[in-house]
Order: sequence, then structure tokens, then C-alpha cells
Amino acid sequence: MPEEKIPSDASASDPERRDILKFAAAGVLGAAYAGLVGYPVYRYLASPVETAAAEGQVKQVVLDDALKTPRNSALMFKFGQNPAMLIHHDDDTWTALSAVCTHLGCTVGYQPDKKIIFCPCHGGTYDPNSGANLGGPPPKPLAEYKTQIANGKMVVSRA
Amino acid sequence: MRSPLARWLDERLGYSALLELATHKQVPEHKYSFWYYWGGITLFFFTVMCFTGVLLLLYYRPGDEAYQSVRSITYDIQFGWLIRSTHSWSANLMIASAFVHMFSTFFLKAYRRPREFLWFSGIVLLLLAMVFGFSGYLLPMDDLSYFATKVGLGIPAVIPMVGPWISNLVRGGPDISGFTVSRFFALHVVVLPALFIPVLLLHLGLIQKHGMSLPPSELDKPEGKRKTIPFFPNFAMKDLAAWLIALNVLAFCAAVFPWPLGPAADALKPAPMDIHPEWYFMSSFEVLKLFGKWIPGEFGEFAGLGLFNLGLVLWVLVPFFDAERRSGAWARRATWFGLAVVGILLFTTIWGYAVLPAVR
Repeated sequence: MPEEKIPSDASASDPERRDILKFAAAGVLGAAYAGLVGYPVYRYLASPVETAAAEGQVKQVVLDDALKTPRNSALMFKFGQNPAMLIHHDDDTWTALSAVCTHLGCTVGYQPDKKIIFCPCHGGTYDPNSGANLGGPPPKPLAEYKTQIANGKMVVSRA
Repeated sequence: MRSPLARWLDERLGYSALLELATHKQVPEHKYSFWYYWGGITLFFFTVMCFTGVLLLLYYRPGDEAYQSVRSITYDIQFGWLIRSTHSWSANLMIASAFVHMFSTFFLKAYRRPREFLWFSGIVLLLLAMVFGFSGYLLPMDDLSYFATKVGLGIPAVIPMVGPWISNLVRGGPDISGFTVSRFFALHVVVLPALFIPVLLLHLGLIQKHGMSLPPSELDKPEGKRKTIPFFPNFAMKDLAAWLIALNVLAFCAAVFPWPLGPAADALKPAPMDIHPEWYFMSSFEVLKLFGKWIPGEFGEFAGLGLFNLGLVLWVLVPFFDAERRSGAWARRATWFGLAVVGILLFTTIWGYAVLPAVR
């Protein structure tokens, strides 16, 4: 239908372009406001995550009374935010391991009768000397920490 | 041409009727139009309160841990100081703009027939907002909020017979404690919103039903000479601009003057020398103090309280004694009454601040 056609000369496209510019300016301003309001709100919401991440950066933990742990038993402690275990072996050696199962994140426990680390969630087992995964679903060994005795205290540090 | 999706949605939701209404609705435009924006500005601050209030809920813990949790919001949580400051500033700006809104509608005679219920619901909203403010003031449990609440809750105690019983029940004990904080918290975040929002919806529905009120000077003009602008987009855009200004003022205040947090409340310490309530209670605080001086004993406070409530009742009933459409003797009396109220409120508020010792 020819009568519906709008003559497309420069004067007609100018107000259109001005409209587009106006929308663009409003969009930029709106986005700037959304950013200015949104950034503090996001950081506020994410604050505990950031704190946890910062605490996870812990390099070493000093355990004051760890040396009182009897042989063939384990002491549970927190390494940063994560549960960890210090095992006192029968031969008076020490092993510190992450206590977070590498399968689905349950907390594992030391079983003195079988001398094994056991995860009750899905039956995963680990070697208490090295943290190596022995059986069940765990795909990886438990992370091992360095142990060192200094001034009658146990110092556990990231390997 | 509407898209098939728009038609599909409209058939089910019927939103085109609303769009029709928005495009045909007209808003009067005259030399007092400036005052039309203050209700919207108050509403804007209320939405900010809801938003920041929910954010504060994420870290705030009522009860005995209240002060520690507000301390952690203010000093540990990223931008917690800003969220808290925005909430407090927005509360104060909301009450301030509600006062501007109330007095402008009062002097423009917007309470007259058929808008009486807009007036009543507006006053209910203001009173609820003040209870919001009073209950929120205690929640951080710093020294000033503790003692201000102590004084505030001491007021109902002067009511004969039932007074002390009411005060104890509100406090959850003979003194302000973690129980009081929990009670005020429940009031502040559950009970008050549940009361406030329906009244707010009534208020907004009624303004939609009756339209903006015309001031007497406009009503005197013949109908053909009154100017209007379309609600959408003209008035809506101006409203949005007002909101943007309100947001900027709020952001400036909240960021440049962060809301302070005093030392933790300590019941064994004497009240701070500059003990005072929020500014919107300053007038009644000062009047009660003056009456207490003039008429010693509990009767003084009782008289001050009675005078305040009498003024409030007269204020609420103003649509009944100034119901005429055109100016008359009662219209002038109402205006003088309003001027007297503004004068007394301003005078006693300034007086209240003037006699505060400067210790901070």
C-alpha cells in the first residue's frame, strides 16, 4: 500500500535519531544507578563468603594441647574453615589430614580398631598415614598437612 | 499493532484496561502542584526502608546479641555501614516528607469532602511510621537507644492503675533487656508492616478513586480555565524525577554522614547527658519535660500527655469542622489552627535541641 509509506528524507529521521539517543542516555544513566546501588548490595550479600575465603587462607594452626592426644586416636580441629584431624599413631608419629571427604564433603572419622579413616556417608575409606583413598567412592586422597612440634605445641601447616 | 504475545497475555491478565486508565488519567497542574510530589517521595522512602530492612535482617540478631550483630554489620560486613545508614536516613527522610505531605494537604484543604478517609488513613500511616521509628530506634541497643527507649516506655507508666502494668508488658520485664529487643523486633518487622501495608494500599486506592485534590484557589476558577497534564507519561516522569532527587539526597546523607553507633547499652551506667529521642519525638519530649517542671509529680506528665492527645484528636477531626468547599470562618480557623500546630511543633523542637548539652 503506497499511501502508508513514510517519505524517508533526512528531516524525518532526525527526531527518530534523537529518540534513540535519548533512550541510550536514559539506559546509560539507569545502568549507572543500578550499578551504584547494586555494587554495595552485592558486596553486602557476599560479605560472609569473602570472610570465609579470607579465613580459608590460613597457613598454619597451633594446637596447644594436641600432644596429650593418646596413641591410636585422632583429634578433630579446624584448619581455617574446614574440619581437619590430627592422628597420633601407635609408633608415636603424627599425621594431620583434612577431614573433608573428597567424595561429597562429609566429615570423616578415625576408627582405632581398624586403623582406618572412614566416611559414614557412603562408606569411603582412607589410609590414616597418607590420606590415600583405599575404598569406596572417594576419587582423591585427603589433603595432608605438615606437622611439627615446637615448644610443646603441635604446629600444623599447609604442605 | 500489538504482538500475538501481548494479546495472549492481555486476554488473561486484562492489563490493557490499566494502561487505558494510565493514559487517560489527568493530573491538575497549577502553582501548588509542587506539593503533589511529597506523597510519592514518602512512598519512595518507604520502599527503600523495605529493601534495606530486608538486607539488615540477613545479619541482625535480636535479643542479647543485638548490639554485637549491629556492630558487626557496621564494622565487619562489606558496605554494612552504608545499608544501615541508608535505612536510618531513609526512616528520618520518610517521616520528614510525610510531615511535609501532611501539612501541605492540610493547608491546601485536601481533607475536605469526599477525601476524609485519605486524611484519616494518612494520619494512621504517620502514627504507625512513628511507632516504626520508636521500635527501630531500640534495635541496635547502644546507650542512646537504650535510654531513649527507657524514657519512652516510662511515659505510659504514668497512666493511673494500668500504666505500670502496660510498661512492664511492653518491656517484657521491669527493665529493658534482650526480651524488649525481641519484642520490638517482632513489632518492627512483622506486626507493623502487616498493619501499615493495608492502610497504605487503602490510602493509594483512595487517591486513585478521588484523584488529586484541587486547592481552593483552583476550585474558584471556572472548570475550563483549570490546566491538567496526562498522568502518563508526563506526571509519572516528574514523579520519577522527584524519586531520583530523593535517592540522590538519601545517598548523599547516608554516605557522607554515616549513622553512628554508640557504646553498648549498660544498665549500670548513668544515662548520657545529651539523652534525647529522635527529632520527631523531640516536641513531645520537650513538652513533657516542661510540664514536669511546671507541675511537679506524675500529674504534670499526665497533663502534658493529655494536651498532646487533645491536639491530635482535633487534628484528626479537622475535616468535620472545615467541611465547606469554599472559604468561610471555619476554613480560616482551620488554617490558623494548622499554623499554630506548626509553630508549636517547631518552637518546642528547637527548644528541645537548644537545651541539650553538647557532649558529643
